[in-house]
Amino acid sequence: MTDAGPLWMRRLLLGLLLAPALLWLFLLIVLPHLDLALVSFRERVAPREYVTSLAQYRTFFIEPLYWQIFVRTAILSVIATAVTLVVAFPVAWTIAKIARGRSAALLFMVCLIPFWVSETVRTLGWMILLRESGVMPALLVKLGLVASPPELLYHDATILVGLVYTSLLFMMVPLVSSLESLDNALIEAAYDLGASGFTVLRTIVIPHAAPGITAGCIVVFMLTLGNYLTPNLLGGTSSQWFTEQIYNQFITRFNWEQGAAFGFLLLALSTGMVWLGLKASGQRFADVMQRA
Amino acid sequence: MNHAAHPSTDLEVNAVEKSFADYRAVDRLSFSVNRGSFFSILGPSGCGKTTLLRMIAGFIQPDGGDIRIGGRSMSGVAPNQRPINMVFQQLALFPMMTVGENVAFGLARRGMGKAERLRKAEAMLERVSLGGSAHKKVDALSGGQRQRVAIARSLVLEPTLLLLDEPLGALDLKLREHMKIELKQLQAAFGTTFVYITHDQSEALVLSDLVGVMNKGRFEQLGTPQSLYYDPATPFVAGFVGANNRIAGRVDAMASGLATLTTAEGWTLEARTKGDVTVGQAVLAYVRPEAAVLARDPHQLPGCRRSHSGRVDSVLFDGANSAVLIQESQSKVEFRIALPQTGQFSDLVPGETIHFAFDGERAVCFAAGATA
Repeated sequence: MTDAGPLWMRRLLLGLLLAPALLWLFLLIVLPHLDLALVSFRERVAPREYVTSLAQYRTFFIEPLYWQIFVRTAILSVIATAVTLVVAFPVAWTIAKIARGRSAALLFMVCLIPFWVSETVRTLGWMILLRESGVMPALLVKLGLVASPPELLYHDATILVGLVYTSLLFMMVPLVSSLESLDNALIEAAYDLGASGFTVLRTIVIPHAAPGITAGCIVVFMLTLGNYLTPNLLGGTSSQWFTEQIYNQFITRFNWEQGAAFGFLLLALSTGMVWLGLKASGQRFADVMQRA
Repeated sequence: MNHAAHPSTDLEVNAVEKSFADYRAVDRLSFSVNRGSFFSILGPSGCGKTTLLRMIAGFIQPDGGDIRIGGRSMSGVAPNQRPINMVFQQLALFPMMTVGENVAFGLARRGMGKAERLRKAEAMLERVSLGGSAHKKVDALSGGQRQRVAIARSLVLEPTLLLLDEPLGALDLKLREHMKIELKQLQAAFGTTFVYITHDQSEALVLSDLVGVMNKGRFEQLGTPQSLYYDPATPFVAGFVGANNRIAGRVDAMASGLATLTTAEGWTLEARTKGDVTVGQAVLAYVRPEAAVLARDPHQLPGCRRSHSGRVDSVLFDGANSAVLIQESQSKVEFRIALPQTGQFSDLVPGETIHFAFDGERAVCFAAGATA
């Protein structure tokens, strides 16, 4: 169809086909970010009077609370990503290499089912299970492991559990697709040449699945870093997630300038971490995104 | 077959069997392979040869029987502990590694230091005429070079036994012919015992010292390429190994192992009998295309033989393998005859009548319905 007609017509057609996506990108992503960038670089000196300054960014570095929360969010996100990878890998391996046909599809469905429910409801479900008067503490008491029901909510571990649970599917999809493309003969050949199971994993499986692993890690890390609901509900006031700081600045304090600056710092953090991750694993962004 | 352990036997397979659901892939199979020999398992797809090879390699556990390699029973021995290596059908070279790393992979698993294993890999690559390719990426090599890397990767470990799973299947015809010769030379140079599986009878005939023709999980015949070709034990072998004309008929008379048979349409011919054949029995006769001689004038045919005639159906020109398809006058049965390589009869045209004769000793017939 596109072969017919002169070049300008084909260009026009291509432009029209891409128009919705480009408009979406420009109006909902580029434009708001440009505006936020401008907001983050101004300072209110008097009501309705602003000057351009780096004051917002200066505040972040001067106030230890902000950058401590920032670093804490980054570290917990890295841990959550790593745990997600470790938990998702055996499941993805089972689906891609061990289960056959219908059972593989069924297993995938089982992993998908929790996502039919909204994140809020899922997280509230965790709260019902873990709160002091909830199911898990009662079970622990009944089993005689503890004397009185412990509070399982509002710990870092609880936040991690919630984040891993929410992220699992996003890690599994690229993992399954990259493991499926691994030729079983390569695994057998490595065994045949004397490799142990661990060596096969280290020298054959992981190098082959590296783009999928990197893609899954990038997606999960970004989702985790930018997650607001799960840390807030499961961690309560002690969660100290950086997104909460952004929320506070915008909504509680009406300090849009500070909130915008925090937003850009978070963007810089996720960009920086993704770049580091790609560098460390020796992957190229284009290869990785084909897997995601 | 001889089951006794023998010092010069590298592989012994004793009554090995394997079933999948209701399908018997390998049916109580026994054979042994002598040290340094080239053994082929030839059979159509689905005959169980891949299952057999994977049991020898250790990827599948047999349901029964015993596999001994170098005199040691392999039951309960994992693939990575067996003194054998395998060349896979699609080669299975590691794309994430260089050629040198591929060849050094097995050595690294034995704990050899990096410098030494890379030196050994390079020396091995040298032996398969790939010196200086160690740093290359696997996909920068041609099909034939990859083949050599796959073999080098296995042979560098000096296995008791090298298993090859149709390694030439993925190559184009020209390269396949070339690699056939190379494989034979490599085997002779290294002296390693090769167990080779293939569905290509020409590969099996050219390469092997001994060939087991496999069908439905059993060996139909185990013998040298010459014996399979000239003295097939079963109709399956006669039909599978090499080209053959197959004629169904009934035995009229028998004289000193030579049967005279007549087809339903009344064409009479002679063939040596194999197995139990009695007068009046339905038989299948097999005549090699090159066993028959052609003549335009029936008097030019060797006098001692029964002469036949037919109409030329088509001339199949294929250089040295040229043949002519003839429709036998009496029975209208299609009969293939190889054209003499002297260029005689190269002027045959379809529709022409031609006479032919063959020595009954070079044709063979089996009781119809006989299997083993």
